[in-house]
Amino acid sequence: MSWMLTSGMQSETNVEVHKYYGGTVIGAALLALILQAFLHKFGYWAELVELPLLVTIYFGVSRRNPVSGLLLGAAIGLLQDALSHDNPIGMYGIAKTLVGYVASSVGARIDTEHPLSRFGLVFLLFHFHQVVLAITQRALLGRSAPLINLHLFLASLISASLAVLLFALLDRLRRPA
Amino acid sequence: MPDITTRHRPLALLTIVTLAQVLLLAFQVRHVNRVQRGDVPLVRYWAAAIVTPVERAGTWTLSKIGGIWTGYIGLRGTRDENFRLRNENDQLKLRNRELETEAGEALRLENVLKFRQAHPEAPMVAAQVVGSSTSMVAAQVIGASADPNSHTVFINRGERDHIRRNMGVITPDGIVGKVVEVFPDTTQVLLINDRESGVGALFSATRTHGVLKGSGDPEPRMEYIVNDEKVQPGDAIVTSGEDRIFPKGLPIGVVADAKQSNPFQIIRVRTAARLDRLEDVLVLLSLQELNLKAPGDSSAAPAKPTSTPPAAQQPAAKASPETRKPGAPQQ
Repeated sequence: MSWMLTSGMQSETNVEVHKYYGGTVIGAALLALILQAFLHKFGYWAELVELPLLVTIYFGVSRRNPVSGLLLGAAIGLLQDALSHDNPIGMYGIAKTLVGYVASSVGARIDTEHPLSRFGLVFLLFHFHQVVLAITQRALLGRSAPLINLHLFLASLISASLAVLLFALLDRLRRPA
Repeated sequence: MPDITTRHRPLALLTIVTLAQVLLLAFQVRHVNRVQRGDVPLVRYWAAAIVTPVERAGTWTLSKIGGIWTGYIGLRGTRDENFRLRNENDQLKLRNRELETEAGEALRLENVLKFRQAHPEAPMVAAQVVGSSTSMVAAQVIGASADPNSHTVFINRGERDHIRRNMGVITPDGIVGKVVEVFPDTTQVLLINDRESGVGALFSATRTHGVLKGSGDPEPRMEYIVNDEKVQPGDAIVTSGEDRIFPKGLPIGVVADAKQSNPFQIIRVRTAARLDRLEDVLVLLSLQELNLKAPGDSSAAPAKPTSTPPAAQQPAAKASPETRKPGAPQQ
């Protein structure tokens, strides 16, 4: 299994594992965080998009390695926490760690290349991410946080739609097998 | 057996990483005083150091591209004139606010004087909250928070420009927020619509005091206003000066809508400053000192700008209970 993961061939469930040019993952993750922070200043519409989450999901399902998926999720989440003021560090970290793990586990089992399956996967993982965030905030920080509302539903649809385009763009950064 | 350990390795790592972050959260919740004291966690420092230079470069690039378009392709002379007029307009707006506040205050004092003359037998003690802030530094918004739920922005001025925590940030249209973290060249500003924010506020017409609190939504709420108080959409709200961050009388916004609730009204406020389109802001370099001056007390010094953090000025704030309102902001 590990040989297949590192060689970029086929996993045991015959799902292709993709590899990327050096620095792509770190570069894309940093760019997503910077863009998220940068776009936020141009209006509230940017709150409807969660670029760091999309990058976590994308590399999770593409690399199909739960270990790298959860570590990337943790790193992105912790940096996102660090860039906000009122979040204790670890809140987004926990949520994105779990999303990274689930995304890579799901990616190893089903085909995630089709735009429709990508849309559905991002839509579901967006809400999973929000549920984890809400539980963390309620249980550990004593804050009120919505599990679902119209704003979040709209945000999940927009993020899922954007993910289809963004994932197609990121597919171009794959190293040929 | 080795196969089992290999198979469960990701799950074990997931548990460890998650638990470590839970412990990190618990540690921060227990040590909340450290954050209130003003220590910036190292990881936030690093994150700001990584991200803000790129944001600064992005803002610079965009402003240059915009500058080429408007300054060269467009009419250059018109643009310069517009820029000068806009600056002049901003200054006049600020001056106008000051005069409006002073005129309102004169009217109120006149009424107090009339009352006193009409009732010479009634013992009265009047106290006035005085404070002024004149020195400011202009700054440009270069970025915002990566967290969609956090309403903060980064500006391109920092410790080197004498900015300190808890300084107020405004635009000529109205207040924007307060400084929460200061880095050498950049500063993080907590906007007034962030859920952690609270500003001492009052209705311009009725002088009813309340607290403007962020709700996480674009529109903050005016809190602690009883149901008997008549509040109409469009009523202007200004700063009360009680938070010792903003001087009294700066515009905050107008009432968007008000609903009766228990025990207080739910009042949504449309902010005067466009918080979603911030470009240039002013940082009030003087922290407000709260002096309670009784009439006829010549020994009371006039307000002086000070760089002492508000936390160090508690005794002054406690000097007169008459001037404090229930639910005063805990900025």
